[in-house]
Amino acid sequence: MKIHEYQAKDLFRSYGMLLPSGKVARSADEAESISNELGSTVAVKSQVHVGGRGKAGGIKLAHSPEEARAAAEAILGMDIKGSIVRKVWVEQAARISKEAYLGLIVDRSSACLSFICSSEGGVEIEETAAKTPEKILRFKTYPKEFPEDGARKYAGQLFGDETSVDGVLDVMRKLFKLFAQKDCSLAEINPLVLTEDGQVIALDGKINFDDNALYRHPEIEELRDMDEENENEITAKEQGLSFVQLDGDIGCMVNGAGLAMATMDAIKLFGGDPANFLDVGGSSNPEKVVNAFRLILNSSKVKAILINIFGGITRCDDIARGIIESGRQIDINVPIVVRLVGTNMEEGLGLLKGTSLIPASTLADGVQKTIDLAKGTISG
Amino acid sequence: MSILVDENTRLIVQGITGRDGSFHAHQMLDYGTNVVGGVTPGKGGQTEHDLPVFNTMREAVLGTHANASVIYVPAKFAPEAIVEAADSGIELIVCITEGVPVIDMIEVYHAVKNKGLILIGPNCPGVISPGESKVGIMPGQIHKPGNVGVISRSGTLTYEIVHALTQFDIGQSTCIGIGGDPIIGTSFRDLLPLFQADDQTDAIVIVGEIGGDEEEKTAEFIQKNVSKPVFSFIVGHTAPEGKRMGHAGAIISGGSGTAESKTKALNDAGVPVAKTIDELAGLVRDHFA
Repeated sequence: MKIHEYQAKDLFRSYGMLLPSGKVARSADEAESISNELGSTVAVKSQVHVGGRGKAGGIKLAHSPEEARAAAEAILGMDIKGSIVRKVWVEQAARISKEAYLGLIVDRSSACLSFICSSEGGVEIEETAAKTPEKILRFKTYPKEFPEDGARKYAGQLFGDETSVDGVLDVMRKLFKLFAQKDCSLAEINPLVLTEDGQVIALDGKINFDDNALYRHPEIEELRDMDEENENEITAKEQGLSFVQLDGDIGCMVNGAGLAMATMDAIKLFGGDPANFLDVGGSSNPEKVVNAFRLILNSSKVKAILINIFGGITRCDDIARGIIESGRQIDINVPIVVRLVGTNMEEGLGLLKGTSLIPASTLADGVQKTIDLAKGTISG
Repeated sequence: MSILVDENTRLIVQGITGRDGSFHAHQMLDYGTNVVGGVTPGKGGQTEHDLPVFNTMREAVLGTHANASVIYVPAKFAPEAIVEAADSGIELIVCITEGVPVIDMIEVYHAVKNKGLILIGPNCPGVISPGESKVGIMPGQIHKPGNVGVISRSGTLTYEIVHALTQFDIGQSTCIGIGGDPIIGTSFRDLLPLFQADDQTDAIVIVGEIGGDEEEKTAEFIQKNVSKPVFSFIVGHTAPEGKRMGHAGAIISGGSGTAESKTKALNDAGVPVAKTIDELAGLVRDHFA
C-alpha cells in the first residue's frame, strides 16, 4: 500500500524526525492562507502516488502567498501519469546546503533489510544507479536491532561532512524503527538535506507498506486514499479476488496468479491484448465467478472473455455453475471461451453443454479462439 | 532417488483440525504420503483421519519420529508455527500459508537457516516426488514418476506445466513450488545443487516470474554450477510496473524485476526460455527424443 508524501511526513514527525512545517491544501484559497501563516518562501507540492512529480511540473516554489495561490491553481487538477492532483502540500522552503538520498528496503535475495545511501540527492535512485553506481552505498541489517557501527561508517559519507554524522545517524535510527514497527516495504527520503545552519531534515518522504501486515496496522489502513486506487481493484480485494486493470479488450478469468500471468502473456504473444489480470483464487465458490464477471465487464473495452481453469482445489463443476449463474444475474453480451482441465472437468463440461459458451481444449486453442472472437474474425 | 521428500518422509500436519489442514491431510494420505500425525494447540489427544493430534510440535516429533512438517495455519500464526517446527528437530518444513508479513519472514528465515534446516515457502503449493510422497496441495494425479526436476515460484502454473510434461510421457523426479512471496525459505539456487546431485534427475525445469532478481542470480549460478540441462519459462511479460500480480513477490519496481530481464539473463547463461507452456514441454521432450 502506498501513501502520500504528507502522510509519510506525519509519520516521520511522529518518530521525532526534523521536517519543515507545512500543511495540506485542497484549494488555491487554502494554499494562499497556509503560505501566509508560514510567512516565508514555500514549496507547493502535488500529492499523488506516482513518482516524477517535479519533472511533470507538480512542484513549485512560491515567494509570496499570491504566488502560492497561483502555484496551487496550476497544480490542482493536473494529471500526472494518470493521477489527478486533488491535494497540495505547502511547506516552508528549506535553506539547503547539501542534498543526499537515504532509503531502506527489503533485500529479497539475502532476506534482510538494506539501507541505501547516496550523496546524490534529489534525483531518482534508479538514475544514479545507472549513471554513477559508485555513488550508491548499501549495507544490510536485520529488522530487530539497529546496526550502530555500520550506520556510523556510512552516515559520514552522505554529506561528506563529519559534523552532520550525528544528525544523519539520528534520521537513520528513526527511519529504521518506523520501518520495522509499521511493516514498511520501502521507506525513502529523497532528498535528505543538510541545511545552511547544520540541521539534517527530510525534505521529501515516500513509504510503501507490506499489504500482508496491514491487518495489524489499522492506523495505516486508514491512510489509504481511495482516489488514488482503481475502484475495481479495491472491490476485487474485498471479494477475495486478485485483480489488476489493464488496457486491452480480452477479459481473463484464471485460477492462480502464475497461470493468470501465463494466460495474459499467451494472449499478447498470439497477437491479442489482455484487459485485466484476474485470479479467482483456490476456492470454487460460484459467487466469486459472478463477481469476477462483473469486474471484467466494468471495462467497456472488453470484446471477449477467456476463462482458463486448471482444477486442483478449484473444482471445474463449481466454476461451471458460477458461469451459468453469472449468465442469469448479468447481461453478458460478449462471447466467452472456456477451457476447463483437472478436478471434475467432465462434470463441468457437461454442465456447460447446450450453452452459448465456446469450449477450448487447450490454453493455446482458447487464446486463439478468444482473439479471433475479439477481432470479429469468427463469431460466437 | 528424488529430492526433499520420498517414501521415508514421516509427515506432521500443522493445523490438521482446520478446514484446509484436514482436507489436505486426507488428500495426502490418499496419495500414499506417510502422514504420521498432526498438531493443533489445545486439541492434543484427539484424532483426525485416525491420526494422533498433538498440542505441540515437540510432542508430535517425540510421539511419531516425524522428520517433516507441512503448515496450513492462518498467516497470523504461521511464523510461530515455522519456528516451533524448527525447534522440534524436524528437517524439512513446508509452509503452504499465504499472507505472512515480510518482517516476520525475515526473522523466521534466519532462525531456520541457522539450524541448517530446509523451509519451503511460504505461499507455495508444496513438494511432491511422484509415486512416493506428496507434501502440499497439488493435485497428485497429474504427476508421473520420472527424471525431470521442476522448481517454480507459482502454484497452478506448475500444475499446468507438470500436466503438459506428463501428457508428453515425461515424468518428474520431484516438483517444488518455492512460493510467490518476496522472502521465501528456499530459492532456485538452493535446490539446483540437490537436483544436480540426484541420480534420478536428468533435466531441470525452472518456472520464474516478475519481481526481484532471483532468476538473474540463478542464471549466473547455473552457468557455474549446473551441468544438467535446464529449461525455463518466465511469466509476467504483460504485467504493468508497480502492480502486484497476485503473488506478494510478483511486482516490477523501479524498472527492475521484469520478465525481459530474467529471460535475457537465462538465455545468456545458455538456458532456453520457452514462450509458451507447450513450447516448454516440447523442448524437454525433444531433449530426450
